[in-house]
Amino acid sequence: MSFKDVLIPFKAWGNFFKEPVTLKNPMREAAPRYRGFHKNNVNECIGCGTCESICENEAIVMIPVDSVETKNGDSGLRPMVDYGRCCWCGLCVDVCTTNSLSLSNEYTWVAEDPEEMKYIPGVDKKPWDENEKGWKKPEGNFSYYPLERPHMQELHPEDRDHSFIEIVKGYSDEEALLEADRCVECGICTATCPAHMGIPEYIKAIRNKDVEEGLRIMYETNPLPEICGRICTHKCETVCSLGHRGEPISIRWLKRYIADQVPTSKYAEVLRQDSVEQNGKKVAIVGAGPAGLSAAYYLRQLGYSVTIFEKLIAAGGMMRYGIPEYRLPYDQIDKDVDYILAQGVDIKYNTEIGKDIAFEKLEQDFNAVYVATGLHSGRSTRVPGSDHAMVFQAIDLLRKITLGEPIEVAEKVVVIGGGNVAMDITRSMARLQKIKYGKVNVIATALESEDKMPADREEIVEAREENAVINPGWGPREIVVENNTVKGLKVVRCLSVFDETGRFNPSFDEADTNFFEADMVVESIGQGADLGFIPASYMEKLEKDPRGRIKVDPHTYQSSLEWLFMGGDIIEGPDVIHGVANGHKAAKGIDLLLNK
Amino acid sequence: MSFLNLKADRSKYPQRDADGKMQIDLDSHKFVKLWQGPNHPGVTGNMSVELTLAGDEIVEAKTHVGYLHRGFEKLIERRLFIQGMQTSIRMCVAEPDSNEYVYCTAIEELSNVEIPEMAKWIRTLILEMARLQSLVRVVPGQAGTFGLGLGVQWGVYMRELILDRFEELTGGRVYHMFMTPGGVRGLLPDGFKTRMEENLKEIESFAHRIDDLIFNNVVFKKRAVDTAVIDPSWIDNYGITGFVARSAGFNRDVRKSFPYLIYDQLDFEPKVMEYSDIYNRAKVRWFDILTTVDLIRQIMRKMPEKGDFKAQTPNVLHWTAPKGETYVRSESSRGEYGMYVVTDGTNKPRRVNLRGVSYTHAICVLEDLLVGVNIADVAAVMVSLQTCPPEIER
Repeated sequence: MSFKDVLIPFKAWGNFFKEPVTLKNPMREAAPRYRGFHKNNVNECIGCGTCESICENEAIVMIPVDSVETKNGDSGLRPMVDYGRCCWCGLCVDVCTTNSLSLSNEYTWVAEDPEEMKYIPGVDKKPWDENEKGWKKPEGNFSYYPLERPHMQELHPEDRDHSFIEIVKGYSDEEALLEADRCVECGICTATCPAHMGIPEYIKAIRNKDVEEGLRIMYETNPLPEICGRICTHKCETVCSLGHRGEPISIRWLKRYIADQVPTSKYAEVLRQDSVEQNGKKVAIVGAGPAGLSAAYYLRQLGYSVTIFEKLIAAGGMMRYGIPEYRLPYDQIDKDVDYILAQGVDIKYNTEIGKDIAFEKLEQDFNAVYVATGLHSGRSTRVPGSDHAMVFQAIDLLRKITLGEPIEVAEKVVVIGGGNVAMDITRSMARLQKIKYGKVNVIATALESEDKMPADREEIVEAREENAVINPGWGPREIVVENNTVKGLKVVRCLSVFDETGRFNPSFDEADTNFFEADMVVESIGQGADLGFIPASYMEKLEKDPRGRIKVDPHTYQSSLEWLFMGGDIIEGPDVIHGVANGHKAAKGIDLLLNK
Repeated sequence: MSFLNLKADRSKYPQRDADGKMQIDLDSHKFVKLWQGPNHPGVTGNMSVELTLAGDEIVEAKTHVGYLHRGFEKLIERRLFIQGMQTSIRMCVAEPDSNEYVYCTAIEELSNVEIPEMAKWIRTLILEMARLQSLVRVVPGQAGTFGLGLGVQWGVYMRELILDRFEELTGGRVYHMFMTPGGVRGLLPDGFKTRMEENLKEIESFAHRIDDLIFNNVVFKKRAVDTAVIDPSWIDNYGITGFVARSAGFNRDVRKSFPYLIYDQLDFEPKVMEYSDIYNRAKVRWFDILTTVDLIRQIMRKMPEKGDFKAQTPNVLHWTAPKGETYVRSESSRGEYGMYVVTDGTNKPRRVNLRGVSYTHAICVLEDLLVGVNIADVAAVMVSLQTCPPEIER
């Protein structure tokens, strides 16, 4: 200690003449990354509620909002933030599946009423709504959940183009776990699925390595999991919240994974279905397609005696006779169908209503009748030449392939149509050509441009891998026939398929024409119902909608005849999951009627 | 200058029995019981010291905690792995980033997640910035406990400079929440290094002014030198770490003994002193300010410009860690800061236990250190141990 120690501290007086370092306005603008009050782009937000799930303080609650309509892919809910709880960590922003949520860099807000500090960002207008600065999801591939699916193992095109062996191999245990882990459990899928399957729940069962629980959950709403796990139109995946930033969860493959894991022999034990009390009432079902089978299964659960009348020699309907084996192997159809039939369902094959049994007899012998006969009549383009013997309907050919009946396989084939059925026949023809001629020459042409083709994207890609040519955007004009031999298809450029009002009204550029050489033409532009088995006396009594279609109750599928229920593709869809859903609803509707 | 000698010989009071135990009889009216805290400007946070005084000298001290308990460890045990970080930081307000680091690293170790190189550099930068903002406030704060307020104001100013940089980098000023299990939540913003360098220059300049104002100050020296001396034999007996151990001649620094992140790529030597009184415990931290400034410069110079800053982790909503346990340590400005985490295969930690530095320093050491100290110096002794009550009561 010295005298210096007395003097040196006085050097601090040197600051007396310096500018003060304090801020004149402490309410300065915060940094561009600052985590301030919440903003939400309400139009981008889908109300998945992942922000609510991640919030450690339960500061976010999803609530219904008047200005937002609940629809497929949007829960109609929006996050409400409670600033009495929020800790401004910004996890809600980082985890947001649509990137709609962000934080502004505003940090001052005075309100007299504490309740005001609860608000719905984006709906309750705030001064910082337009503030571009503030915390956003970090750039780059930052994500709190993997955005990509595990790669699905498939047969190589060279290994599959000459056979009908199933292409998709299915997930391994590890792949299924990885994929199930990605789910954020928002339930947007459940709301969109026509059958409202408990998708997050069975995905959770996979994560818990409890596939048996998964199977039980699936059978609550869908008795055809093996089938839907392969060929469902997966509307759930279209709306999956993860699809906004990355790849949607492959819900369909996970469903298949669960069903594949449980052997048929264990189904009865796993599903633990005790024998239900028989109520002695009888229900007839016409058609053993997805809707008929679904209705039969759930009616049996309710104790009804069920008889299915099937025109063909096996159950499955369009699933068996419309979908080629490489997408849906027959043994997998059998697995689902046999379990349903094993529940005590009586099925009469080779029995056509109106021919083998009169429709009136159904009314007399049964308490209720459920008609789900599907769409098995192909529509024709009716262009000149379409009545030629070498012009076929896709649906007829597909049925014959399943039945093992011989079909015509020409060296050069043109398929008209851009839907999944068109792709099915295109790829089936490609396989048959490869087997017969060793090379493929099949062209599929559709009205729609490629990006608007109704077929699944993977169908188009895989068809091309199998050397089929997909040449969309053409409207058929004439099937050219010379010397009673088909020479090919003359087409013109299709400019648009629908008019401004959204009605089917294609417009063409007649100057832009093309000609596809072919020995054989297959039409696949849609199918219609054949309800000829219902006698005219009944038809007259059935109420119709303005477009001439039979009217049914949207919840019970009951027609204007009290005992007659209708469903499946003839009412909505067409696809399997709608059939499963309305079969289930019809079962409940029949129960409502008969169990009053 | 004998009138300035504040350290009168009171070795005869209180009387001791044959075992050397103090005979304190409150009814004799020779002793006064006095509570310092839990609400007292001289106590760093909510804790209290129960003092027994003979005159103005402390003859016995007992620490009392429990005024601040918020059950953080239990709260973390009821949260998903991703949510624990936001709770863990609140176990130390003054330097929350050590909590972030030990928590995130423990979860990563237990889940076998390897973080990218860039994340390691940014984490190191954040830890050093946190150290700096803590030190620049607490070193002049040591003089504040003796009544010199100017240094405290400078300290707050210097801290604000770093908090500005924290705000720019992490989006938060006090609680940064920038580390996340798997990495960090962003890269450095444009121009960050330039602005940081300006701040470092300012802090260096103020650090030297603080040296003049405090460490060459006759009053400070009179109060701090030879007050509350920690004997080197205490270091291992009590488990003293960090700057307190270094001030007593023990070179203890987790960054050197168990290098984590990228500390093995940085060139630094923590200051070690020989005699641990209040003065040297403040001075060793003053040297730490300069070391930390240098470290931040090294990090900004050596760190890569771009790169992945977060590893892909499992979905944070379902993140489960296999059964296991780990202890992760880091060197905070106060000493070894560690977290012990046990996982049981579920999506939440089974047990979280924080080793707060003050648990050792401010309970056991403080009780013994206060004996013989003048009542006016209690606050100074607590600050000289950089007491942080929240990390005692987790």
